[in-house]
Amino acid sequence: MNRPQALCYKIKWGPDTGPPRYDHNNMTFEQQILQYLITGVTVGSIYALIGMGFNIIYNSTEIINFAQGEFVMLGGLLTVSGMQLLHLPVPFAAILAIVGVSLIGITLDRAAIRPPKDPSPITLIIITIGASIFIRGMSSLIWGKEPYPIPAFSGEEPIPFFGAVIQPQSVWVMGVALIVVLSLRQFFGRTLTGKAMMASAVQPRAAKLVGIEASYMVLLSFALSGAVGAAAGIVIAPMSMVQYDMGVMMGLKGFCAAIIGGIGHPLGVVFGGVILGIVESLGAGLISSGYKDAIAFVILLLMLFFRPQGILGKTKGERV
Amino acid sequence: MMTLSLMKKPLAGFVLFSILLLLLPFTVTNDYYINVLIIIGINSIIVIGLDLLVGYTGQISLGHAAFYGLGAYITGILSARWAWPPIGGLLISLVMVGILAFLIGIPTLKLHGHYLAMATLGLGIIVFIFFQELDFLTGGPSGLVGIAPMSLFGIPFDSDLSYYYLVSAFLLATLLLSINVVRSRVGRALRAIHGSEVAASVLGVNISRFKVGIFVLSALYAVTAGWLYAHYITFISPSSFGFMFSIKLITMVVIGSLGSLWGAIFGAALLTSLPEFLVVFENYETSVFGLILILVMIFMPRGLMRGLEDLIKRMIDLGRQNLKERSPTS
Repeated sequence: MNRPQALCYKIKWGPDTGPPRYDHNNMTFEQQILQYLITGVTVGSIYALIGMGFNIIYNSTEIINFAQGEFVMLGGLLTVSGMQLLHLPVPFAAILAIVGVSLIGITLDRAAIRPPKDPSPITLIIITIGASIFIRGMSSLIWGKEPYPIPAFSGEEPIPFFGAVIQPQSVWVMGVALIVVLSLRQFFGRTLTGKAMMASAVQPRAAKLVGIEASYMVLLSFALSGAVGAAAGIVIAPMSMVQYDMGVMMGLKGFCAAIIGGIGHPLGVVFGGVILGIVESLGAGLISSGYKDAIAFVILLLMLFFRPQGILGKTKGERV
Repeated sequence: MMTLSLMKKPLAGFVLFSILLLLLPFTVTNDYYINVLIIIGINSIIVIGLDLLVGYTGQISLGHAAFYGLGAYITGILSARWAWPPIGGLLISLVMVGILAFLIGIPTLKLHGHYLAMATLGLGIIVFIFFQELDFLTGGPSGLVGIAPMSLFGIPFDSDLSYYYLVSAFLLATLLLSINVVRSRVGRALRAIHGSEVAASVLGVNISRFKVGIFVLSALYAVTAGWLYAHYITFISPSSFGFMFSIKLITMVVIGSLGSLWGAIFGAALLTSLPEFLVVFENYETSVFGLILILVMIFMPRGLMRGLEDLIKRMIDLGRQNLKERSPTS
């Protein structure tokens, strides 16, 4: 009854929670494990994308944006609106949503992150938490509290795979995650703007001396992070439905991914996401689905206690 | 100006506050408001503890609802399943949560900034999931019924008014203890840690000991509050102890004023009664909440109470300057 939606939001398609249903009785144990792995990598790709969003802002500002999960939710819901109100086909609605969320990211930076003078980390944490509560509250007013469906991008006919099955949407999720990660790599490594962003993150003063405007780079990082978050929300929507409160858990899991892999380390974040997704999926399938979310946070705590720099991170975590 | 001088003489303030608490019920016309006052008192107890941790020591916790929940659930389970008296529930939960907070506190409080924020948040969510999933003990998401109403040493606290005075007594005890902590050597050590951990440790402050100590103390305050809550409402469900409530607690500390015990009570009173004022905007409640957080942090990063103080000071200074400029300088 009183189940608080904000906290028990679950991806509604785990091995034992709703469609697509597989008949586990007809699967061998190995095939079941394979099925959990496929599910895990799919969810993990989403966590990785969200973690990348954290990473982009962290790299340029050292801020952890607690509103990151709301970007994911907004991406999904804006796509729904684009399709229902403007009758756009999915790709156009998706592009519109990505642009929209980027603008919201820019607004967040300008309206809430920039104004305080010389803020402490606690101040910034609370501001981004306030922003996430505000966005969630507004979304529940605009879209209501019911979940919205988005049709799968290319049908729902499962693809057989060594005795297990892959949903076509899973392929989309993994594909989009891969493309986003690779293009971010290209962007930061090859383009002038990307290099400027890296420069102003590593050495803001030196970057300023060579004519890079740091505040513009921060703005850009919020826009980019919003776009990546929105993309995650759009590709996962056909499998999980979109709801105003999905951002909380999504954001937290994305952050777990970033911590596991090593924040500030893009490749690490991707690894972290996939590892988290797989462990969660195996835990839910083999142990108990109720404790699925607890698994992620236990891993997060263990990482923070014993290896705060993450699996791949080299820089020392904030520990004395 | 009254408040300014009161803050410098906390014991005088304490006496005045006690009298205020004593008289407050006679000023309200509607019994429902006694209810609100009780909840404000309970929340104040948690927020005072959290303020010791966040405001004075500079260590954020986004998981304090978990300790509050543990306090409520331990006594609730003992009472509902095994008919323990409330006082037994309080003692057991204080001991259990005290040990738990100590063990968790050691590795957790080595972390800083958003790592600490995320670790405490994760702890809060793990505990919350246990409340939901251990349903043979906790009743699961639908909640735990059949908690006995409060009765201490044979005295029942069955009317709202008597419960109000019970909560007030606990609030005053908490406050007195905290005032003493803050004004003692410990309090100075905590502020030193807040200022700079390196400097504090150079001066011989055992940082880890103080941080864990204050973490345990604030957890125990939350347990006491949870105990008062469970035996007042006599029905508890996980939704009262979730992530959102942790955020609300932090908001109360921040809005009130970081590092001011009176501010903590002010913040708890304001945010607990805010929904009563916002009934008109019921649907906007969450958004307004978020907006208040952002605006206070941008314009009054030291909290509403300090912010107002600063404002008054600035106006007085301006007034003095004006006077000086007007008076002919020879």
